[in-house]
Amino acid sequence: MKKLSILMSAAILALTAGIANAGEKIVIATEGAYAPFNFVASDGSLQGFDVDIAKALCEKMKADCTIVKQDWDGMIPALLAKKFDAIAASMSITPAREEKIAFSDKYYNTPAVIVARKDAKITLGADGNPTPDSFKGLRVGVQRSTIHENYARAHFTGAEIVVYDTADNANLDLTNGRIDARMDDILALQEGVIKAAGGDQYQVWGKGYVGGELGKGVGVGLRKEDTKLKEEFNAAIKAILEDGTYKKINDKYFTFDVYGGPTS
Amino acid sequence: MTFDFALIWQSLPSLLNGLMMTLQLTVISVPIGLCLALPLGIIRAAGNSWASRAIYCYTYLFRGTPLLIQLYMIYYGLAQFSLVKSSFFWVFLREGYWCSLLAFVLNTAAYTTEIVRGAIQNVSFGEVEAARAIGMSRGLVLRRVVLPQAFRIMLPAYSNEVVLMLQATSIASLVTVMDLTGVARVIIAKSFAPYELFLTIAAMYLAVTYGIIWLFNLWERRLMRHLGDRPVAALEEGALVAR
Amino acid sequence: MQSLFDLKGYGHLLVDGIIATVEVSVCAFLVSIALGLIGSAGKLSKNRLARGLANAYTVIIRGVPELVLLLLIYYGGTVLLQGIAGAISGQDVRIDINNFAAGVLVVGFVYGAFATEVFRGAFQSIPKGQIEAAMACGMSRIQVFWRIKLPQVWRFAIPGLGNVSLVEVKATAIISAIGFTELTRQADVIKQPTHLPFTVFFLALLAYLAMTLVLNTFWHTLERRAGLGIRRA
Repeated sequence: MKKLSILMSAAILALTAGIANAGEKIVIATEGAYAPFNFVASDGSLQGFDVDIAKALCEKMKADCTIVKQDWDGMIPALLAKKFDAIAASMSITPAREEKIAFSDKYYNTPAVIVARKDAKITLGADGNPTPDSFKGLRVGVQRSTIHENYARAHFTGAEIVVYDTADNANLDLTNGRIDARMDDILALQEGVIKAAGGDQYQVWGKGYVGGELGKGVGVGLRKEDTKLKEEFNAAIKAILEDGTYKKINDKYFTFDVYGGPTS
Repeated sequence: MTFDFALIWQSLPSLLNGLMMTLQLTVISVPIGLCLALPLGIIRAAGNSWASRAIYCYTYLFRGTPLLIQLYMIYYGLAQFSLVKSSFFWVFLREGYWCSLLAFVLNTAAYTTEIVRGAIQNVSFGEVEAARAIGMSRGLVLRRVVLPQAFRIMLPAYSNEVVLMLQATSIASLVTVMDLTGVARVIIAKSFAPYELFLTIAAMYLAVTYGIIWLFNLWERRLMRHLGDRPVAALEEGALVAR
Repeated sequence: MQSLFDLKGYGHLLVDGIIATVEVSVCAFLVSIALGLIGSAGKLSKNRLARGLANAYTVIIRGVPELVLLLLIYYGGTVLLQGIAGAISGQDVRIDINNFAAGVLVVGFVYGAFATEVFRGAFQSIPKGQIEAAMACGMSRIQVFWRIKLPQVWRFAIPGLGNVSLVEVKATAIISAIGFTELTRQADVIKQPTHLPFTVFFLALLAYLAMTLVLNTFWHTLERRAGLGIRRA
C-alpha cells in the first residue's frame, strides 16, 4: 500500500496525547536488524523476540498494533517526531535516554559480552571478564548509538572503537577480519556470529558485563507525555509475565530465562 | 524548540577532525583520478580503437551506477572471496578508508575521462592544423597545443566534478570512515540532537564548497586572461552532472 | 542459474527494490521538473527577490551533500511541519512524512536545482526573434510565456533533462539511508542472510545499468523526435 502512495502522502491524524480507548491504534517500531530479537524474514515480514513480545502486549492491551521498521540511530528522533508511538527494539533503559523519552518496565535483561576469535590475545581478569588492557591496539566493533558503544568508549581505552550502522554489518566485518572483537548482547552475538557461517572460529570471552553504562534492562520506549500508554504497557507486561505468555515466547527463542530477575 | 549552541561549540574539535578526513579523501582521490583520466581521455578522444571502446565500457559502468553501490561492492563484495582476503591487497581493502578511496578514485576517473575527452575534442582544429603544418610530431602537438588548451576548456566542468566529489565523500561514513558526516552521526547518537548537528555540518560543507569554487574561479580567470571576456563553450558532460 | 537469481529465497526482495526505485525515480523526476520550471522562472525574472531565492536554492543544493540534506529533511522536516501545524491548529497534530514521500521530496528537491539550470539554459536558447515578434504583435508577457516559450522550451531542455533523470535514478540509492527499501537498501539488507554480498551487489549493479540503458534509449528517441540535431560539434 505504501508503495502506491504518491506525492501527497502526508497522513494527518489528530491525536491529543494519551487517549486511552479500547481498540486504540498503536504504531510500534523495531529495527529489524538484530536477530534473534528483531529481524526481517525471507518473506519480508518483521519477526523476532521483540516483535512477538510487542504483539503479545498489544493483545493484552486490546489495542490495534502495527509494527514498522526504523533504522536504529533514528529511533529516538523518529519517536519524538511522532512517526510511531512505541519502540520495541531491544532498547536498554539508560539515564541518558531517559532524559529524552520514557520507558516501560523492563521486559528482558541479558548481559553484554565480547566475542572474538578463539586465538585472540585477550586475558581474562579477576572478575571473569577481559581486562581493559587486553584491548589495547585492537579494533572493537560496536553499533552506533548503543549502550555497548558507550561502555566500550568508557572502559576500553587504547582500543580503536569502530562504529557501524547495524549490528549485522559489524558482525560481517568481524567474520571478515576487519575488526578484532565485537561487543554486543550475548544472544545477538550468538545468533549473528557464532551460529553463523564461519562462527566456529569465534567464541565468547568472559562472563558478561552488566550495569553501569549498560543500563537496567530493555524496556519499551515511549514519549514522555504518553503516561497513559506507559501505564497500559506496564500492566500488559505484568500480565504476560504472570499468565505464561512471556515464558512461551521466551522458550520459542531461548534456552534460558531472559527476564533477568526483578528490576534492580 | 531551543537550539543547542553549547553542544555545537563542544563538538567543534571532533567535527574539525571529521572535516580533515573529508578534505583528505577529496584531496587524495581527485588528483589520482585526474592522473588516471588524462591518458584514458586521450585514448578515448583519439578514435574508435578497441582500447577506446574498452574504456567506454569502464566509464559507462561507473557513470551508470550509483557510487554507493560501487562502494558497497568494494567494501562488502570483495570480502566475499577468500582469495581477496588472503592476498596482499587485504591490508588495504580491510579498511573502510582505503575502500572508499578506491571507489572514489575509480568513479572520479570515469567522469573525468569523459570530461577530458570532450575537452580535447573541443580544442579548435585550426590550432592543431597549424601545429601539424609547421612540422610538429603528433606527440609534440598533443603536449604543447592540445593538452594545455583542453585543460583550459575543461576547467569549469572539472571544478564541478571536484565539488561533487567533496559532497560524495559523505557516503564514506556508511563504511565506518570518520569523515565529517560520520563524526556528526556519532555525536548525534550520544546527544540526540540531530538538527543542530546536521545544520552545522551542512554549513561547513557549504563553506568548503564555495571555497573550492572560489579557488577554481581564480584559476580559471588566470588561465583565460588572454581571452578577454569571450565565454568558453560549455561542455555537455560537465554541466551539472552529479553522481 | 535458478539459484543465482533466487538468492536463497531473498531474490524477490531485490525485485521489490527495483520496483520501488522506479517508482521513486519517476515521482522525483516529476517533482524536479516542476521545481525546475519554477526555479528557472525565478532566475530569469526581473524581480530581485525571486532571483535571490532561486539563486539561494541552487547555492544550497550545490554546497550540501545529499546525504546530509536527506537526513535533515527526513527528521527535521517532520518536526517543522508538526510544529507549524500544531501552532496553527492549537492541537497536538501528527503529520507523518513516510519515507517514500521524504525520498521523493528530497531527491526531487535536490535535482530540481539541476533542472533549474537546464531550463534556464533552454529558455535562453529560444530564438529571441520569436519573442520580439510576439511582443510586436501585442502579446502580454504571460501570453508570450504560455504560447511561445513553454511549448518550445522542451526541445532545448530534453538533453539536459535526460541527464538529470539518469542522475536521479542513481541518486535514489541515497534514500537507503533513511530506511526506504529501494534497490540499494534491499541489496544491503539481504547481503547478510544470503552471505553473498558480491553477487547481490552485482545484480543490483546490473539492474541500475539496465535502468540507465532504458532511460538512455528513451531520451535518445525523444530527442530525435523533437527534431533536434546533435548538441556537440
